[in-house]
Amino acid sequence: MRAANKSAEAKKPKRHQTDEFGRRRNSKRKARKLLEKKADSMPVVELAGPKLERVVDAELVDPAPSGGIREVFRQTYLLRLIVSRQLAQMYAASLLGLLWSYIQPALRFAVYFFVFGVVLKNAHGGIPNFALHLFTGMVFVHYFTETWSGGTKSIWTNRALVLKMRVPREIFPVTSMMVAAYHTGPQVLILAISCAVIGWHFSFVGILAGLLGLAILITFSMALALIFSALNVFFKDFQNIVQTFTQFLHFLVPMMYAYSMLAKLGAHHKWAYELYFANPVAEAVMLLQRLFWAPTLEPKQYAKEFPPDLWERGFIMLAACLVLLVIAQKFFARLEGKFPERL
Amino acid sequence: MSRDSIVVENVSKDFTMQYHRTLKQMAVATMRRLPLKETFRAVNDVSFTVEQGESIGLMGLNGSGKSTLLKLINGVMRPDAGTIHTRGRIAGLIATGAGFHPQLSGRDNLYLNGAILGMSEAEINRKFDEIVDFADIGKFLDTPVSHYSSGMYARLGFSIAIHVDADIFLADEVLAVGDRPFKKKCMAKMQEVRRQGTTIFYVSHATASVRSMCDRVLVLESGHLNFDGDVEEGIHYLQYDDDEETNEALGDAELGADI
Repeated sequence: MRAANKSAEAKKPKRHQTDEFGRRRNSKRKARKLLEKKADSMPVVELAGPKLERVVDAELVDPAPSGGIREVFRQTYLLRLIVSRQLAQMYAASLLGLLWSYIQPALRFAVYFFVFGVVLKNAHGGIPNFALHLFTGMVFVHYFTETWSGGTKSIWTNRALVLKMRVPREIFPVTSMMVAAYHTGPQVLILAISCAVIGWHFSFVGILAGLLGLAILITFSMALALIFSALNVFFKDFQNIVQTFTQFLHFLVPMMYAYSMLAKLGAHHKWAYELYFANPVAEAVMLLQRLFWAPTLEPKQYAKEFPPDLWERGFIMLAACLVLLVIAQKFFARLEGKFPERL
Repeated sequence: MSRDSIVVENVSKDFTMQYHRTLKQMAVATMRRLPLKETFRAVNDVSFTVEQGESIGLMGLNGSGKSTLLKLINGVMRPDAGTIHTRGRIAGLIATGAGFHPQLSGRDNLYLNGAILGMSEAEINRKFDEIVDFADIGKFLDTPVSHYSSGMYARLGFSIAIHVDADIFLADEVLAVGDRPFKKKCMAKMQEVRRQGTTIFYVSHATASVRSMCDRVLVLESGHLNFDGDVEEGIHYLQYDDDEETNEALGDAELGADI
């Protein structure tokens, strides 16, 4: 207790007594001393020739960046550089480099497949092409969790830039999303190749479902990244909270078990079912399974594996996520002004 | 067309100092009736207008709010009260090599920093050789900047900022680390930029260089703008030359630590 008290006092600023002009006590002596010492610290170079007129063809504007995420996407060149910087930083002094972002998902997939596809084979509800069902979910949940947790830390880890350079600060959460997309891209490719090998057929419905799912996932993860990156500046607890949530998330989307099992649950516990599907990630995963997993099967095989109101839910969820994103942007802009003094 | 370049109206900036960051510390402090936080006004009701092409020397003691004011003009911070408006592109050198990433090479940092300062890819490519020449980092261009000496760090930072072709150039006391020939080169470059009609905001304690560089001086004291006007008068004002205080008082050793 004593230590806490002591440190509080130590952090207290020195009180300067000031006169009516705001001059500090002793400031005369200080100023004179300072000027005496520094008077010749910089070499003198005179202006060479007459000054030229410079006409600035611009409006008077607030110098602080505004415009939020939209502004970030307008400065594509800067965004590209910051993303590549982030990637270079992640894999600096690492032998396997980028490979690390595949090793972990690959191992996790192997473990989940072993447990739910082999050991608990009878428990998951007899999903045909179970590996694809699982893998689709894992790839996109991974994208979501990486955006969220990376985004949460982003402002804090880039504080050197936030404090000293003028950049739209939303660029850092957006960068986390881009980095996550960069990592997920090849996984999606592997998923697509697996689907093609197993026997996937093209359908517009599937493509539409995939796009809708992806849109939900992107807006939702971006909104969360914005909100939590701002909160994390004030309290580091938030990055632990996020980490805790992301650990559960794998179990809270229908990928290790079939939707039909949840439907059975819903018949008895309506509220549990509603709560489960209030999670945009669960909805997005189902929509993406509709794109990748379902077309490898006969329609009657997957008919029971999607909710009858999949589309209605999807569009409502997208609208809700868009609203959330707008709110997140407003929230971020409000807290942003306090970043410099809290970092 | 109006020629004002920077318009600052009644700007104030407060800093909140939070002493306690954990719940336990907060509870203890509340029990002991210690303040949980305190606000501190770094810039207090400052107003001024700068014409395009003017060169301003910003002077004041350490802690008088110079850097905060510069950050407000640069747009890194937003004022809590009042408004700031600027016209055109701003290149600021708030701190040496701000935004340099230690693991990246000088080349990568050059591109990144240039982009942050608002240059396009084509613009950086065009000025690349000029920037590298001016920074004089030679074969270290492709070494990570963490291996740079502080002088090289400062040279590269300054070189990028000065080549931005900005309408407003802000220079905090960033040149303090360079060696004398480089300082001289920087001052010459700044004079060249000034001659081209760029608005310059120069923070310095070096009266001689302020005299040669600036058309006007602003003096900040504890966040108040107490002087705005002619260079000589401003330097005079800061030195309190009219004061009768004797020179013995200057021998005070504790003052040295602040500087």
